[in-house]
Amino acid sequence: MTSGTAISAQRTTPLDVAAVRQDFPILRQRVHGKPLVYLDNAATTQKPQAVIDRLVRYYTEDNGNVHRGVHWLSERATDAYEAARDIVRRFLNAAESREIVFVRGTTEAINLVAQTYGRTHVGAGDEIVISTLEHHSNIVPWQLLCEEKGARLRVIPISDSGELDLDAYQKLLGDRTRLVSVVHVSNALGTINPVDEIIRLAHRRGIPVLVDGAQAVAHMKVDVQALGCDFYALSGHKMLGPTGIGVLYATSSLLEAMPPYQSGGDMIRSVTFEQTLFNTLPYKFEAGTPDISGAIVLGTAIGYLTQVGLDRIAAHEHELLEYGTDALSRIPGVRLMGTAKQKAGILSFVVDGVHPHDIGTILDREGVAIRTGHHCCQPLMHRLAVPATARASLALYNTRDEIDALAAALGNVREVFA
Amino acid sequence: MMSDLQELYQEVILDHNRRPRNFRALDDARKAEGYNPLCGDRLTVYLRVDDGVIKEATFQGSGCAISKASASLMTESVKGKTVAEAEALFERFHRTVTASPDAPVEDLGKLSVLAGVRQFPVRVKCATLAWYALRAAAEARGDVVSTE
Ligand SMILES: Cc1ncc(COP(=O)(O)O)c(C=O)c1O
Repeated sequence: MTSGTAISAQRTTPLDVAAVRQDFPILRQRVHGKPLVYLDNAATTQKPQAVIDRLVRYYTEDNGNVHRGVHWLSERATDAYEAARDIVRRFLNAAESREIVFVRGTTEAINLVAQTYGRTHVGAGDEIVISTLEHHSNIVPWQLLCEEKGARLRVIPISDSGELDLDAYQKLLGDRTRLVSVVHVSNALGTINPVDEIIRLAHRRGIPVLVDGAQAVAHMKVDVQALGCDFYALSGHKMLGPTGIGVLYATSSLLEAMPPYQSGGDMIRSVTFEQTLFNTLPYKFEAGTPDISGAIVLGTAIGYLTQVGLDRIAAHEHELLEYGTDALSRIPGVRLMGTAKQKAGILSFVVDGVHPHDIGTILDREGVAIRTGHHCCQPLMHRLAVPATARASLALYNTRDEIDALAAALGNVREVFA
Repeated sequence: MMSDLQELYQEVILDHNRRPRNFRALDDARKAEGYNPLCGDRLTVYLRVDDGVIKEATFQGSGCAISKASASLMTESVKGKTVAEAEALFERFHRTVTASPDAPVEDLGKLSVLAGVRQFPVRVKCATLAWYALRAAAEARGDVVSTE
């Protein structure tokens, strides 16, 4: 984590990982007769009991449609839904709740921006800047937009350690740049990008910046106003919440000026067959019945994260990252990919002579869940000249013992492929 | 190590992974590529077919131990067979690797070493990738076959 978080974390008590683990019922399971060691948190995180309970309670006590009923349940559901929006606002330190748009996830948030802001602001000959580290969901929507408009996608290169080349970035920014869209924390390598600097440089030229925060929000404090970003995208399921819910943060001035994304119920003020007046923010961007329970439960997940404390979580994960980096570096034949100075809890690696897919299968038999493959980052894999990597990704409930289990299971891999 | 892992990664398989047989391109041959988007495995299968008989089968590409060993064993076992016989063998092979773990293992000669894949349903695609490419090459489709 950044030194700032590490220092402030020292003032608080360290995270009580045993107590945290008690809150996650799924972690008590055994897999193939071994204790589950869940190290695939970048794919999706597990859920605390409070989140699971809130979901059940919503359908047991609160279920009604939002913004359309005068009856008691509809009011209850609406209140809880809007309260969740304000929880997200506070969590990201956005200025106003209407800057929080509920979507399905990071992917939809980026597509929303591409289809609305992008289609109205990007034209032939214009340029969009992304980076080599991007997830496919922050590449393909822009590629499609560029194809449609005759615009050009420019890509910030990285160093071998997985850090963005900021000099090259500055040179990419030009009169035709209409948007910069970069990942906050790389899901494949763990690099924490200097998004504040990236934003500052873009804003000097009046270029708006979208930050893909999918891998950041559950692992470090994020303040969208301090960053000054124009758009911030996140997924609930990667931050202890349910699948199917995510958030697009955008400044109200941008949202006001953007055309709607999808159309239908809830997003309109009045409809005649001649004309439709769109609803106010954020409802203009929330067509149809939203994922009401998902939003409410996301609020519960955020409550859990803030209660444990993001500084504490960041410090805990950083300590584990160092422990894991050390443990894996000691295993002969294991090569870590992504060694940026600023790194979140992601250990991407390859093993000499063993394909990541085989590593994944052998580890699974030891109860150790990791991800193997290209991590939806094929251009990055190409840059690193590997077809795939194995990736262990950490969360607040992971322990040193689990890192030891990972290292021991990697010993088995070497035994099988000796 | 657990026994189903031992069964999956048998010595023969590890050997074919380390030293794949017929691992080269063929000029002027029918070819097709097999691609598994899930893990990025990519194999090209080359076939020289004469009068409906497979005179030569080779492959190239990168992939996990299971997909490479399966491709290697496949090229050995289809040589000299007619295209129809190779297709029939693929069907039997497919049945074997997708059978329930306690079903008896059909005798497929060398290919039987891959029967352990049945314990690992997510790896069936690895074991069959080269076979799908073989089928496409035999039909001279020459395109990319995907496991998805
Ligand atoms: C960095 C990053 N961006 C975007 C996404 C896409 O998130 P979702 O599939 O939840 O829309 C992911 C998920 O893997 C990610 O890690």
